[in-house]
Amino acid sequence: MLKVEVIHGRGVPLDASDVDTDQIIPAVWMKRVERTGFQDGLFQKWRRDPEFVLNRPERAGATVLVSGPNFGCGSSREHAPWALRDFGFKAVIAPSFADIFRNNLPNVGLVPVTLDAAATRKVMDAVTADATAEVTVDLLRATVTCEAAGVVAEPFFLDEGARYRLTRGLDLIDLAAEAEEAIGRHEASRPFWMPRTNGQVEDVFEDSGVEVA
Amino acid sequence: MARNTLLERVWAEHTIDGTGGELVYVDMHLLHELTSPQAFEGLREAGRKVRRPDLTVATADHDVPTRSRQVPLSDSIGRRQLGLQIRNSREFGVELHPMNSLGQGIVHVIGPQMGLTLPGMLIVCGDSHTATHGAFGAVAFGIGTSQVEHVLATQTLRIAKPKSMRVLVEGTPSAEATAKDIALAVIRAIGTDGGTGHLIEFQGDVIDRMSMEGRMTLCNMAIEAGARSGMIAPDETTFAYLEGRERAPRGEDWERAKEAWAAYRSAPDAEFDREVVVDVDGLRAMVTWGINPGQAVPVDGRVPDPETMADPVSREAGRRALDYMGLRAGQSLADIPIRTVFIGSCTNGRMDDLRAAAKVVEGHKVAAEVTALVVPGSERIKRQAEAEGLDRVFTEAGFEWRNPGCSMCIAVNGDRVPAGTHSASTSNRNFEGRQGPGARTHLVSPETAAATALLGRLAGSAEIS
Ligand code: SF4
Repeated sequence: MLKVEVIHGRGVPLDASDVDTDQIIPAVWMKRVERTGFQDGLFQKWRRDPEFVLNRPERAGATVLVSGPNFGCGSSREHAPWALRDFGFKAVIAPSFADIFRNNLPNVGLVPVTLDAAATRKVMDAVTADATAEVTVDLLRATVTCEAAGVVAEPFFLDEGARYRLTRGLDLIDLAAEAEEAIGRHEASRPFWMPRTNGQVEDVFEDSGVEVA
Repeated sequence: MARNTLLERVWAEHTIDGTGGELVYVDMHLLHELTSPQAFEGLREAGRKVRRPDLTVATADHDVPTRSRQVPLSDSIGRRQLGLQIRNSREFGVELHPMNSLGQGIVHVIGPQMGLTLPGMLIVCGDSHTATHGAFGAVAFGIGTSQVEHVLATQTLRIAKPKSMRVLVEGTPSAEATAKDIALAVIRAIGTDGGTGHLIEFQGDVIDRMSMEGRMTLCNMAIEAGARSGMIAPDETTFAYLEGRERAPRGEDWERAKEAWAAYRSAPDAEFDREVVVDVDGLRAMVTWGINPGQAVPVDGRVPDPETMADPVSREAGRRALDYMGLRAGQSLADIPIRTVFIGSCTNGRMDDLRAAAKVVEGHKVAAEVTALVVPGSERIKRQAEAEGLDRVFTEAGFEWRNPGCSMCIAVNGDRVPAGTHSASTSNRNFEGRQGPGARTHLVSPETAAATALLGRLAGSAEIS
C-alpha cells in the first residue's frame, strides 16, 4: 500500500446527509468478483442526470469529496470505497461517517476526514461556488486547509490506528504476522465451549446448475 | 470512559497483546458470496492460507434465486459468483452451505440456527447486519472485504474498540407493536447516526420480555441507527433458544457453559460512554414513509411535513424522501397503493415471523393488485414452516411461497419491486433503489406486512379480524 501523507486537490460538493452505500454503488455491482474497475458504478443512479456534479466537465480530476453527516451509512460493502478509489478520489470530508464505512476507507488507502460541521459547511460552500477551489488534507498534522473557504489548518479527526497505517503504507496482514506468538497464546486459552465448523461443502439435495470453475 | 459493561468485558477477552493498536481475535467468521471473492483472491495472490478454517463458515444467500431451484441461465454473473464460492471453499477447506443444501440460508439466520452464535463470542462477517448475532450477548459486527481477507489470513482484526452506549427501552408498547416496531421507534428516537462510533447494549423490561427472535430483529436494526452493532446480555431466554442446537455445547459442557455465560452482562454500576432512554409506552405498529429507516410514523399516521422540521438536515432529508417516494406532506399513509409485499430477510425471516404473519393471513385473500411473497430465512425454516402447514396458509391466501435467500431485501437475485411502485417490506433498508431501481419501500413488521397484503394498503394487523 502507498503511503498517504498529504492530499492536495480540487473539491467536489455532494451536499446531502445520509449518503448511503446503495447510492455510492448499487448492490448489483457486488456480483463482480474482480478487485478493481468499480468507477462506473460510483453514484450510478445519480450520474444518469447529466447535471449531476460528477458529470460536470469542470469537476473532472477532483480528488476530495465533500458531503454531509452520516456519510457511507448502510451496507459494509467495500465496493463503495473501491468505487471512490477507482474514480480517483483520495479523501472524503464530512461532519460524520457511518462506522463501518469509516473503518473501510483507510483499508483501500482513502482518508475519512471527520471535520467539524461548521468548517465542513464552509468548505462545501467554497467548492460549490468555485470548481477550481483546492483542498489540502494533511495527515501528518491532521488538518484541513481550504483557503477559498477561509479554513486554514482546521484539525480533523482520524483514528490513530488508521493514521498510523495510512502514513506508513502498511500491509495489515504483515503487521499481524508480527503478533504471531501472542495470537498463538490467545488460541491456547480460548474457552472450551467455543464452537467449531467442519470444513465441508455440504451436499445438495437438488442440482442448482452452478458451474464450479 | 466506559467501565464494567458487557462490551468492555467481551472486548477485553479478545484483545491480543500485539504490536501496537488493538488486535482482536475472531471466534467465528461468517462468509457470503458477495463480499468474499476478492478476499480469497487476495489470499491466493499472496500465497496465504485460511488460518482457522474450523472457525469459518460460508453460505450462499444474496445471489440465490428464490423462485426456481435452478440458477436461471440469464444470471451468468450470479452463477459465476456462486461457482467461485464453491471453488474457494473447497480450495481453502471452509464449511459451506451452498444453494440447495439443507443448511443453506441467510448468513445471519443460519449462524444462530446452528448454535454457532453463542454468548461472549466475537463474530464478524463482511456484512453490516452481523449485528443480529449480538442478540446472544456476542460482540458481532460487519467488516469490509480487506478485513475479511485479514481475518481469513490471521483470525484477527486490527480495529479500535467501539464506544459503549446503553439504550434503555422503557414503557409498555401496545399489543400490536413487535420487535420491528420497537427497532423503528429506537432509530427514530436516536436518529440514523445516533449510534455512530458506538456499540449499543439494549436493556430494559421490554428487552427482558422479548423473545430471542425479537431480540435478533432489534439487534439486526441497530446498524440502521449508525451503531457498529447491538447486543443484549444473555439470560434464560437465550439459553432456552440455544439448548440442543447442533453446534452448541452438550451434556456437562452445556451446564458449565451456561454458568460461564451468565457472567456476560454489564455490572449494575457499569458506566457507559453514552446512555439514552427510549420510551415505547403505547407504541403502535410503525411504518417508514421515507428513504432512511429513521423516517417512521405509526401505520395509521400521515406523511410528515419536512417544512415544519426544525433541524435543517432532517428537513432536507425529508424533502428528498418525499420527492423519491412520490408522496405529499400530510397525505394519509393508508392512501398509498401497495403493489408488493415482501416477508423475509435476516430481520424478519425467522420462524416466529412467519408464524405471526400466517396468523394474520389465515382465512383471508391477498388483494388483487398485490404481489406478495414469503421468503423463509433458511431451508430449515422453510421445511419447519411446511411441517406446520404455514406454506398452505400463505399460498391459499395468494402469497408466493419461495425458497430461502436474501431476495427482495437487496434485490440482486432477480426479485425486485417494480420501479415507481410502493412495497411493504419486512427487511431493514428503505434506501433509494434498495429493492430495485425506483422501488419505493415502506419498512414494516411481518404482521403489518401481512395485513397490508390483504388490504392493498398500509394497515396494522388490528384491522384484520
Ligand atoms: S437479508 Fe438483506 S440485510 Fe440480511 S444479509 Fe441478506 S441482504 Fe443483507
